[in-house]
Amino acid sequence: MLKDQDRIFTNIYGLHDLSLAGAQSRGDWDGTAALVAQGREAIIESIKASGLRGRGGAGFSTGMKWSFMPKKVADRPHYLVINADEGEPGTCKDREIMRHEPHKLIEGALIAGSAINAHTAYCYIRGEFYREAEALQKAVDACHDAGLLGRNVAGSGWDFDFHIHLGAGAYICGEESALIESLEGKKGQPRLKPPFPANVGVWGCPTTVNNVESIAVVPTILRRGPEWFAALGRPNNAGTKLFNISGHVNTPCTVEEEMSIPLRELVEKHAGGVQGGWDNLLAIIPGGASVPVLPKSICDTVLMDFDSLHEVRSGLGTAAIIVMDKSTDIVRAITRLSRFYKHESCGQCTPCREGTGWMWRVMERMCEGASRPEEIDILYQVTRQVEGHTICALGDAAAWPIQGLLRHFRDRIESRIAARDADGLQQAAE
Amino acid sequence: MSGHSMQLGGVPFAFTNANMAKARAIIAKYPQGCQQSAVMPLLDLGQRQNGGWLTRETMDYIADLLQMPTIGVYEVATFYTMYNHRPIGRFHVQVCTNLPCWLRGSDGIAAACRKVTGLNWGETDADGRFTLAEVECLGACVNAPMMQINDDFYEDLTPETAEAVLAAFCNGETPKKGSQNGRHSCEPISGLTVLTGDEKGKVRAGEESA
Repeated sequence: MLKDQDRIFTNIYGLHDLSLAGAQSRGDWDGTAALVAQGREAIIESIKASGLRGRGGAGFSTGMKWSFMPKKVADRPHYLVINADEGEPGTCKDREIMRHEPHKLIEGALIAGSAINAHTAYCYIRGEFYREAEALQKAVDACHDAGLLGRNVAGSGWDFDFHIHLGAGAYICGEESALIESLEGKKGQPRLKPPFPANVGVWGCPTTVNNVESIAVVPTILRRGPEWFAALGRPNNAGTKLFNISGHVNTPCTVEEEMSIPLRELVEKHAGGVQGGWDNLLAIIPGGASVPVLPKSICDTVLMDFDSLHEVRSGLGTAAIIVMDKSTDIVRAITRLSRFYKHESCGQCTPCREGTGWMWRVMERMCEGASRPEEIDILYQVTRQVEGHTICALGDAAAWPIQGLLRHFRDRIESRIAARDADGLQQAAE
Repeated sequence: MSGHSMQLGGVPFAFTNANMAKARAIIAKYPQGCQQSAVMPLLDLGQRQNGGWLTRETMDYIADLLQMPTIGVYEVATFYTMYNHRPIGRFHVQVCTNLPCWLRGSDGIAAACRKVTGLNWGETDADGRFTLAEVECLGACVNAPMMQINDDFYEDLTPETAEAVLAAFCNGETPKKGSQNGRHSCEPISGLTVLTGDEKGKVRAGEESA
């Protein structure tokens, strides 16, 4: 288990003093000017060497992403955009950073900004997180008063501003180009790539979009050294990670643990175990609603990291773990997710706009066994026609939970159809 | 969708002086010439001033203020679910029924809310007190089941505590927000499993906490 002294988020539960002074007593804003003074290339090299992979779901190297920004500022200013549109079902980690560890986020934004030549950050927070935005704004105001935002921040010579922008209830705005559209005051519909945001982002300017957690861990990585972070977790899966454990566990919680921790250990040590014991486990969705569900047999041994979950045809995603015990109607559970994606499709691409509704309606019938056995294969074919055929990954996200269900729990759908057919025959005979 | 059909409010709209000052500060966050970026926060501000919903007059006023085509404002105002296009109750009760909440009993929370308010999803009562809505994931999944009422989250609910929260609003009281089962935030209810030895920086009397 990760040692307390290796935890980055020492106030993740908000039990300690939330003020700037409190944050400083825990190490935030310590020697910030010296970190900025390392310079753009050194900071990016350190973040690359730390092995930090984006914490928003896709897992792309954060240092690499920063390196895609133009080396020099030309005619257009550079921007840092922080993705705090946390809405992936199961996920509630960025919320805790914003309300309990805001200074890690602001200090990280300053350092990231200096590394990509941006003097301004916009933090796009989902509109429902009104109180979280208030808490973060309070921290921003305290930073302005203390010379930690504005001109010559913390004596670093770098000017930096941090603005909060609230969304208004659209899951799709968690997709970075939809987020940019929304930040420009438009409908949140994803853009075709290329051009990529590093070249043409918000207001046509070079832009880096990073998840809240990715930014908030940056100051600690630089203070303790990239080798410290890289030594945690397995190679290619470095660092610590905030895990959200929800569903049928005894003590649902958020916890920072080492990457590559066995899933079972994570659930049993921190979430009090599965309700009714590990043997009462049916399945776990290990990385937020979008990733395929895993049956207990895989959960027994799988590690919580990018590579291990990829090997079992699922994903780490946002590291939001949704636990389902044997009382769960797994077909109904996945159908609820299908309804979610149908609701959240932005309507821009036909396979997603039409496919999410089609898949949801068929799933609703399958919940009742009111379909034909051959429709299971048709459903699978439709998921394959949606997957990979849309501008953004929402189509994939709608397809994968169903594919996971069919891969591991096809027999549940088949037996439900068979039971209904048998019922029908019996009624017809009576 | 019928919920998105825009309605005239029948009265002209203009920001109050205080809200106009807020609007100017919001517009100033964005680069010059990019004032369209302020449309979402200004719609929110207008909706709050107007008792929780957007009239056509409010949207037209914001279009004018930001020098945007009105259709550009309508496009935004009808795309995002948090903009209301009909009058809503003073207490906007939004119950999450997505998977993590459903696994922990959101059906029971929904039933409790229907019982207390007498409303079905999407309905507002005659005296304009409650609006009841079913919503997608609100991002408090380790505190499931939960609901949002206006700007606050009520978490770790049971049907009984959900009823108690609504009853408090009925009685003109302000219920405790956040967890309803005694947790501080997202720690395990049985006690900390990490950061147990860390006394440094503990909240002391008179200091700022959550």
